[in-house]
Amino acid sequence: MVTPRRIVVGAHYGLGSWLAQRITAVIMALYTLVLLIAFLSTRPIDYGAWSRLFQNGWMRVATLLFAVSLAWHAWVGVRDIVMDYFKHDGLRLGLQVVTILVLAGYVGWTVQVLWH
Amino acid sequence: MSTAAAKRARPKYLHLSAILFEIRMPVPAFVSILHRVSGALLFFPFAAWLLYLLDTSLASEQGFARVHDYLRLPIAKLGLIVFIWAYAHHLCAGIRFLLLDLNKGIELGAARRSAGAVLILSLLLTAYFAWRIW
Repeated sequence: MVTPRRIVVGAHYGLGSWLAQRITAVIMALYTLVLLIAFLSTRPIDYGAWSRLFQNGWMRVATLLFAVSLAWHAWVGVRDIVMDYFKHDGLRLGLQVVTILVLAGYVGWTVQVLWH
Repeated sequence: MSTAAAKRARPKYLHLSAILFEIRMPVPAFVSILHRVSGALLFFPFAAWLLYLLDTSLASEQGFARVHDYLRLPIAKLGLIVFIWAYAHHLCAGIRFLLLDLNKGIELGAARRSAGAVLILSLLLTAYFAWRIW
């Protein structure tokens, strides 16, 4: 069904994914800026400074937020790539499942690294 | 339109070598394709590689030292440089796409200039980083 106007909330997966990809992009860009500042302000970086940086509560939460944003963002992006180049349904489904597993693995690994 | 005319009007399918060597792509097309290529590289292998490095470097003082030594290897430095290019290009091109989404710089001339700026800026950032680590 074609609707003449789209609203920004609701169950329309195309626009929802498109919007999510952009919001997560902004979150990751901001994190990049924060990490860059943290990096440049703690030079030279030895183990103590490095591990203290990631023991900060805010840094852990920000890094987890980055990881979740990356997973969501990359899900939309990799799904686009898979839909563009792989026409066989089974292969497409398989690659999408692998993508989800890899991204879920990244998030789980990040949690484990941050709160080991 | 007759069937024959409709057939003639069909777009030509361009395979990869035709895209690269037969037609001349405008600069924004290169930025777009490289955005996709860099995104794919960041998804795999770079995200996994960096997570491994973060894991090892935070796990213990010995792990940190191992990562420190490992990143002095030429092959690891090369990997870092490719990563920085992919990240810089994906970030710069992404900011450009966000601005285009907001209808900023969508005129042909402006879009071409910003595409050229994305290519050059990400290469300059990569060159600066490469110079710093080598």
